[in-house]
Amino acid sequence: MTNPNNATITTVHTAAFTAGDALKIPTLRILQDDGNLYDGADKPTLDKDTALKMYDTMVFTRVLDERMLAAQRQGRISFYMQCLGEEATTVGSAAALDEQDMIMAQYREQGALRYRGFSLEQFMNQLFSNEKDLGKGRQMPVHYGSKDIYYMTISSPLGTQIPQASGYAYAQKLRGLAKTTICYFGEGAASEGDFHAGLNMAAVHKAPVLFFCRNNGYAISTPANEQFVGDGIACRAVGYGMKALRVDGADILAVYQATKMAREHALKHNEPVLIEAMAYRLGAHSSSDDPSGYRSKEEEEIWRKTDPISRFKLWLVKQGWLDEDADKAKIEKLRTEILDALKVAEKVAKPGIEHLISDVYQQPIPALQQQLDELKQHIRKYPDAYPVTSGRMD
Amino acid sequence: MAKMNMLQAINNALDLAMAKDDTVVCFGEDVGHFGGVFRATSKLQEKYGKARCFNTPLTEQGIAGFANGMAAQGMKPIAEIQFADYIFPAFDQIVNETAKFRYRSGNEFDVGGIVFRSPYGGGIAGGHYHSQSPEAYFAHTPGLKVVIPRDPYQAKGLLLASIASPDPVIFFEPKKLYRASTGEVPEDYYEIELGKAEVVQQGKDVTVLAWGAQMEIVDKAVAMAQEQGVSCEVIDLRSILPWDADTVAASVQKTGRLVINHEAPLTGGFAGEIAATIQKMCFLYLESPIERVCGLDTPYPLALEKEYVADHLKTYEAIMRSVKF
Ligand SMILES: Cc1ncc(C[n+]2csc(CCOP(=O)(O)OP(=O)(O)O)c2C)c(N)n1
Ligand SMILES: [Mg+2]
Repeated sequence: MTNPNNATITTVHTAAFTAGDALKIPTLRILQDDGNLYDGADKPTLDKDTALKMYDTMVFTRVLDERMLAAQRQGRISFYMQCLGEEATTVGSAAALDEQDMIMAQYREQGALRYRGFSLEQFMNQLFSNEKDLGKGRQMPVHYGSKDIYYMTISSPLGTQIPQASGYAYAQKLRGLAKTTICYFGEGAASEGDFHAGLNMAAVHKAPVLFFCRNNGYAISTPANEQFVGDGIACRAVGYGMKALRVDGADILAVYQATKMAREHALKHNEPVLIEAMAYRLGAHSSSDDPSGYRSKEEEEIWRKTDPISRFKLWLVKQGWLDEDADKAKIEKLRTEILDALKVAEKVAKPGIEHLISDVYQQPIPALQQQLDELKQHIRKYPDAYPVTSGRMD
Repeated sequence: MAKMNMLQAINNALDLAMAKDDTVVCFGEDVGHFGGVFRATSKLQEKYGKARCFNTPLTEQGIAGFANGMAAQGMKPIAEIQFADYIFPAFDQIVNETAKFRYRSGNEFDVGGIVFRSPYGGGIAGGHYHSQSPEAYFAHTPGLKVVIPRDPYQAKGLLLASIASPDPVIFFEPKKLYRASTGEVPEDYYEIELGKAEVVQQGKDVTVLAWGAQMEIVDKAVAMAQEQGVSCEVIDLRSILPWDADTVAASVQKTGRLVINHEAPLTGGFAGEIAATIQKMCFLYLESPIERVCGLDTPYPLALEKEYVADHLKTYEAIMRSVKF
């Protein structure tokens, strides 16, 4: 029987608290550090091609991150964010999705983006804000997006994509598309009001959205134990009446398995599911950050040992799917390709001046057109002060 | 006196305020042990303990609401919003709560102890989410005070006055100048009165008005105009709300001309408010239309930042248009 409070009434006659930590959420682990499966663990359902694509994607982002952080240090790009140590979370989950499931990410999900097929050139064009960037050079580096591959353009304000993902998935459901939306966010962003709003909206309106929390222990300098008191993030889903899963984020087989299961459930029952991946942000928050101000090298070294890539590699070798020598050669080749692509992209021109006013509205409003005309006149008068655009005006 | 950059001056002001009054408390994202992403609250936790300087969860609406609660209880919260671009999740708490707390209760309750500090403005290759100048949104909200300093000396005195103010203050800090702007700053406590503009240079042909990081840009433009024999009077508005119309009007009555410069987009920007008031107060003195040099009516760009900004050349052109009208 329902009641007006929409809550289960279990009667007791002596006052007793329900403890804040009463709920314990188990963590799924399938693959061990040495590349062996845990005894009795679910058998991976991966085929060889998928497994190798997952591996290649993780390696790609690892090498890209290394190279582009160095490029930032050299002053070639203004900013960068690595996903070091977290590669398995986004690659493992993206691999479990359909290619037309929507991805709404935070900013550290280059693994999912690459898995979807974002090309090396596309990465570079965005990072260099050049005229070939799909985002027209308007956002800081790593704010990628592409409609073709169902990857919503990143927005810096944290948590905003969470209720949007609920709405997007609800629309997918109403249109009968049989697709889901995956929504990535950090454990820090989960403190934003939008997180709570988004989860409740999805639960109430039965939106097939997968909320994927990358709990990597830090939000810039703030450790998770100063971010929340509850048992991680997964327990909150239960508060919204939503199913939850927690996985070892360095275990790509566990991430894949959990996301597959969550996706099936979301589509079959039109329900949101929350997945919490336990990981560690091994690199600095961004190229502007220096973690030595808030955590020790010793702490980092402990986590360096749980490398998600080497763990998966050992498993692939055991399957007889990966040859170590060939792998080494491939990585060397990748390094060269990335450097070559970087050199090309940094020479591509910046977007033309018309893109200063395009896309503010579908068509520039008259006031904007007038502002642009006046600006062009001004630039013609002082061409040396505006070298990016002065030589290329009509 | 000591040589300080703007961050050091702000840190010094917070330190003095916390030492003087133990109801003063600093908090925000990464503000505690780390001292904030720009290090404005550096060492304050060490000095005053975790209860008075602390990290918050990552929620601006939570930070603002928490500040409202603490201030209602009688304390003086100084809440940092990590970037002014991220103040909008707190908009409701600030605009509907902070600003109206005293008014709606008939002065039964107030949150006058609050200061919201937040780095604002462009010039750091930050694109549209690390460059905005949102002062006009808050200037449209009766009950708030809005203050923006131009250099370390001003930052310290205005921040201390903001903390002492019986009304809630939003204190926007030009992050471009955090380390770039240095100067002599007294080590002792001092306040600079809120709501008062400062005439930083006397002149007779045209009044040039700005605030925050734009003061540097205006100075460059004024130097160019001076070479052409134009004598400029330069004013730093300092307080956006309430703003010092009398000082500006007195200057314009002398020069007959006004050029206003701000970083934020033109339409709905605070220059519009100033222009409307000054044309009324100085109608018969004006020799030329009031000029506004502002950001374009677009989000703040990245690749084309140079083209977008209200720079010294655009300001110089406006000054010359004004005197040649
Ligand atoms: C609304 C908002 N507030 C503050 C910031 C500044 N900021 C950028 S990233 C970040 C930390 C995010 O931590 P988390 O969500 O855990 O993600 P992680 O960086 O660990 O991947 C902060 C505070 C922001 N981008 N948006
Ligand atoms: Mg995190």
